[in-house]
Amino acid sequence: MSDYEVRAQNGRSVGLVEKKFFEFARPPELMPLESGVRFGPITIAYETLGQLNEARSNAILILHALSGDSHVAGYYSKDDKKPGWWDIMVGPGKAIDTNRYFVICSNVLGGCMGSTGPSSINPRSGRPYGLDFPVVTIGDMVRAQKALIDHLGIEQLLAVIGGSLGGMQVLEWALSFPHMMKVAIPLATTARHSALAIAFNEVARQAIMADPNWRHGDYYGGPRPDVGLAVARMIGHITYLSDEAMRLKFGRRLQDKKVFSFNFDVDFQVESYLRYQGKKFVERFDANSFLYITKAADYFDVAEQHGSGSLVKAFSKARARFLVISFSSDWLYPTYQSRELVQAMKKNCLDVSFCEIEADWGHDAFLLPNPRLESLIRSFLDHAMEQ
Amino acid sequence: MSNQPHELRYDLEVIASWIEPGSRVIDLGCGKGELLWHLKNIKKCIATGIEQDEDEVAICIQKGLSVLQGDLNKEVLDYPDGAFDYVVLSQTLQQVYRPVGLIRELMRIGKRVIVSFPNFSHWSIRLQVMFTGYAPKNKLLPYDWFDTPNIRVITINDFRKFARDLGYRVLREAAINTNHQAHFGRIVRIFPNLRATYGIFMIGKKGESWWL
Repeated sequence: MSDYEVRAQNGRSVGLVEKKFFEFARPPELMPLESGVRFGPITIAYETLGQLNEARSNAILILHALSGDSHVAGYYSKDDKKPGWWDIMVGPGKAIDTNRYFVICSNVLGGCMGSTGPSSINPRSGRPYGLDFPVVTIGDMVRAQKALIDHLGIEQLLAVIGGSLGGMQVLEWALSFPHMMKVAIPLATTARHSALAIAFNEVARQAIMADPNWRHGDYYGGPRPDVGLAVARMIGHITYLSDEAMRLKFGRRLQDKKVFSFNFDVDFQVESYLRYQGKKFVERFDANSFLYITKAADYFDVAEQHGSGSLVKAFSKARARFLVISFSSDWLYPTYQSRELVQAMKKNCLDVSFCEIEADWGHDAFLLPNPRLESLIRSFLDHAMEQ
Repeated sequence: MSNQPHELRYDLEVIASWIEPGSRVIDLGCGKGELLWHLKNIKKCIATGIEQDEDEVAICIQKGLSVLQGDLNKEVLDYPDGAFDYVVLSQTLQQVYRPVGLIRELMRIGKRVIVSFPNFSHWSIRLQVMFTGYAPKNKLLPYDWFDTPNIRVITINDFRKFARDLGYRVLREAAINTNHQAHFGRIVRIFPNLRATYGIFMIGKKGESWWL
């Protein structure tokens, strides 16, 4: 997902929010990971917005994408220039209305925004984990979130919602803890990465690992693999847009010049954009976390992990009501991949709605203001709450 | 929005009256979900719909209905045998490219199939062809021959024969007279093939009676 500096089109911002921390799996009660490793202690950074009602029936868990964090909406301080990553969707009077719902968003296990990840201090060595951090899966991330939801005393969530890697977590939630939600809304996501998606991730990882500063992940305290991470981010950004989006956004326009430079400086606007995105990303993201999270996304395969290879069998576990949404120009997780999910749900006679939203902005469309997306989510939640 | 009773179009009202409360129903080409809403909220059916148009799908979802965006010819293939008590194909058969394959598929996923279509042998259409010599065009069928989505010309007699030839049993049939979108109409009992604007049929497998 990209960073968008877009302000709310309607509704107010939720205002000031605070990042909180939940610690669990303290030795000796380590958390068993999918790889077989037992791991702990684990800290999960999370933020909550709105009020939990007396019946504890209005909680919505939002799952973030690759580069997101727990800061889904609002501001940490009055001086913050940017609100959380989904401020257009989450807030008072917005589609995910914080006047009605209790919204929870946590940073994934393996991340670098407050939850335990490769840049966290390993209590045994007193130094950052680096590559000693165990490989985690989407399933592990979801089990860590489950521990947080249990800690918050919520027996059933009204909804789990997420796009992209967040959508994978939605699917994982729906199959691992089928009775823990009324509705599930996976957006712009897939049951498993295509070879194309794995290929892009691998090129991005190679960019990081080829950076001499990476030093097998042991770069904390020294120069960081900023060049590699920036290139990785640039590759990501290409996959988040689309041919059409790039044509509209940049075309072949030149950056601050009228003629070619005839050297390897920035000529085209698209080059300038990618370099800027790469540079901005390294200021806030950890290269090792990028490696771990993209690997988790590549390993994710709902059919394999929940249905011995059959997507239909996997969804026989699900109980939630689903709203599946794809975007017409998303070529990272194209509509046919959402249709595969819907097909498996239909074969299990699950209650599912599906809409392909016509949008030019590629995979990133779910992060941009979109009245259709907002009204679908708003009304789907309304009906879930009424039932 | 969702709790306001809607006034149903007359042809949909006839279809709804044939459906047992609490049944599992799929409406193919459900449009804005008028029938689905009625079945779900008044008849307490487990109702789902298929619709190709994104705007109409969104309207349905906003009404709290479960609707899938897609081509009904493909979408029906995914359902297991006997997934529904009723499959509704309202005002769509005349636009289907392969009616035989589709009807067989619908009989696979549902116990009963309810089909409605405009009756092309209505007297006004017959007269129009006879006296003007041009392809018929009226309020019900407002298209020219070159832009009509109605690629199948069906009459009430045709469908009855079609169902029997395919080996299905006509469990119920109604010939109705109504203008398109009209909330009022009436059943036509005398010379239906000549006087009805729409035909509505419920078909089932051989050996099954409609009241079972």
